[in-house]
Amino acid sequence: MSRVYEDRMSPRQDEFFEALIAAHDGLSESESHALNARIILLLANVVQDIDQIKEVLKVARSYSAS
Amino acid sequence: MAYTYRPYPHSPIGKLQTKKQHHPVVIVGAGPVGLALAIDLASRNIVSLVLDENNVVSVGSRAICWAKRTLEIFDRLGVGERMLAKGITWKIGRQFHGDQELFSFDLLPETGHKYPAFINLQQYYVEQYLIERTRDFPELIEIRFKHEVINHIDHGDHVGVSVSTPEGRYSLNADWYIACDGAGSTSRERMGLGFTGKPFEEKFLIADIEMETSPFGSEAIAERWFWFDPTFHAGKSALFHMQPDNIYRIDLQLDATVTAQAEKVQDFALSRIRAIVGEAQFRLDWSSIYRFRCARLDNFVHGRVVFAGDSAHIVSPFGARGGNGGIQDADNLGWKLAAVINGQASSRLIETYHDERSAAADENIQASSRTTNFMTPKSAIESLFRSETLKLAVDQPFARTLLNSGRLSVPFVMRNSSLQTLRDAGKMLGSAAVDLPLAGDGTADKGWLIEQLQGLFVLVGFGAVELPQVAGVRRIGINQNGGDVSFCAEDQVVRQRYGINIAYLFRPDGHICAAFESPTVAAVTAARDYALTKHR
Ligand SMILES: Cc1cc2nc3c(=O)[nH]c(=O)nc-3n(C[C@H](O)[C@H](O)[C@H](O)COP(=O)(O)OP(=O)(O)OC[C@H]3O[C@@H](n4cnc5c(N)ncnc54)[C@H](O)[C@@H]3O)c2cc1C
Repeated sequence: MSRVYEDRMSPRQDEFFEALIAAHDGLSESESHALNARIILLLANVVQDIDQIKEVLKVARSYSAS
Repeated sequence: MAYTYRPYPHSPIGKLQTKKQHHPVVIVGAGPVGLALAIDLASRNIVSLVLDENNVVSVGSRAICWAKRTLEIFDRLGVGERMLAKGITWKIGRQFHGDQELFSFDLLPETGHKYPAFINLQQYYVEQYLIERTRDFPELIEIRFKHEVINHIDHGDHVGVSVSTPEGRYSLNADWYIACDGAGSTSRERMGLGFTGKPFEEKFLIADIEMETSPFGSEAIAERWFWFDPTFHAGKSALFHMQPDNIYRIDLQLDATVTAQAEKVQDFALSRIRAIVGEAQFRLDWSSIYRFRCARLDNFVHGRVVFAGDSAHIVSPFGARGGNGGIQDADNLGWKLAAVINGQASSRLIETYHDERSAAADENIQASSRTTNFMTPKSAIESLFRSETLKLAVDQPFARTLLNSGRLSVPFVMRNSSLQTLRDAGKMLGSAAVDLPLAGDGTADKGWLIEQLQGLFVLVGFGAVELPQVAGVRRIGINQNGGDVSFCAEDQVVRQRYGINIAYLFRPDGHICAAFESPTVAAVTAARDYALTKHR
């Protein structure tokens, strides 16, 4: 069982999603891939807590088929 | 059971060609917005003439979801209870991905409100009930069917209007020309006003079917069901609603390439619905293919010409914000127009209609655009983010909130309205009245707060607060004996919805424009005058 995170983005969640998609506007797939990598690196630094980040990585991975 | 369209008799032209008439208010369009405005004005003793090029109510069900706030406005107009009785009440939305239910949400988890979060009621019923209600005001409302407005000119002190009827043409003059002539507004076109916004590529099939049993199970479920990527319509989205008369609404997202040729729509709809309902018997009641867009006028007020409803703004329908937004336009405009016509305010008050309702339109357009974008990913990366969100939404609450199948119409809060007096207790400023169950205590019978405070300026005191007497302001005491009438209400609910030992001044459209901890005659008068723009 992976950890369930409480919602912390409401009521501005749609604003986040819109901004995220807009950030990718006009990029090719590989450029988007690279942007995602940069976003993750930056967010990790913002989150700062390495244990928390490691847990997020585990939770995210648990949804992969393999 | 299919709705029986009964054409209204067209109004004979009579002497209209020979004797030019002058009208205080001409409303162009007898859709929900024009009709609501006419009734609102009549409730304030203002005469209006409604002209419509057609003579039947909405062809096809079109708007079906009517929100709580709209129903509260309809209550004031005298048709809310009838709509509630006929409509299908619902408040639960259920979200599916493929065959799997992800989660459900409750749009009104608390009790203690006269009206529910939503009812589903076909637009033709809404229009029919409104038209029937106008008949209660034979001295104040005249509707002329099959009278098409073909020209209008603003002369500064009045508007000249040209009308075409099956019997010929005539012209008339009006002090105010209210364009409620819908999304394709010719009033707007004639004035060369830009209607800028964003069209969406994808098309949607909207179909009403009549079935004895629900197409989605053995029980009739009065809920909003939404699918991302359903097995019966792979790769796209689907929305399902129940309406009165055993009619079910199915909205299916289509490819942008689908042709919308009229003669093929039916066959196409039939084949898609067959795929959903299998062998079950059904009758296709109405179907149409739409390409949605979001757009609005830069200005809703141009001198003596005022735009309301779809003529002023259009949205994609996934938040049910079109019709509901339009009714709030009428609610906002009615009392202002009446105040100006009665000489209580200058036409500056009409300009605040634009300020307040264009801000509301922006909110509606933003919400509807975000939904439409979420439903129709434009790039591979957008699809990827969406499909991963769907994956996480199986158990992550935050991901569920990200899934956007429609942010359903909520009353607009006029946070920045220029009609507000900034005083105590800012929290509720600009918001529409929140309902409250009332118990009688001798001076009045039990009922609901929304029945008490709409239509006029009303000062409501909750708990220990003195209510000064101000001419033209009705006073209501809640859990106190002051006021023109007083009621008891459950203390806890009062505290939660309004706070205690505080008075609010409600505008005639039920929005809060001032709050006081200890109101005085001078302060309440000033706030009321401020809301009528008397200071400018
Ligand atoms: C498929 C679909 C689903 C929708 N679902 C919802 C929903 O669930 N909830 C919701 O709130 N909204 C919904 N809407 C939006 C809703 O239908 C509109 O917002 C609403 O009809 C707007 O009302 P209106 O009075 O401004 O315009 P209309 O209803 O378009 O009325 C305009 C009137 O003006 C008349 N007219 C036009 N030109 C002239 C002229 N020159 N002279 C005289 N008369 C004229 C027309 O005959 C018509 O009667 C939906 C719309 C569609 C298409």
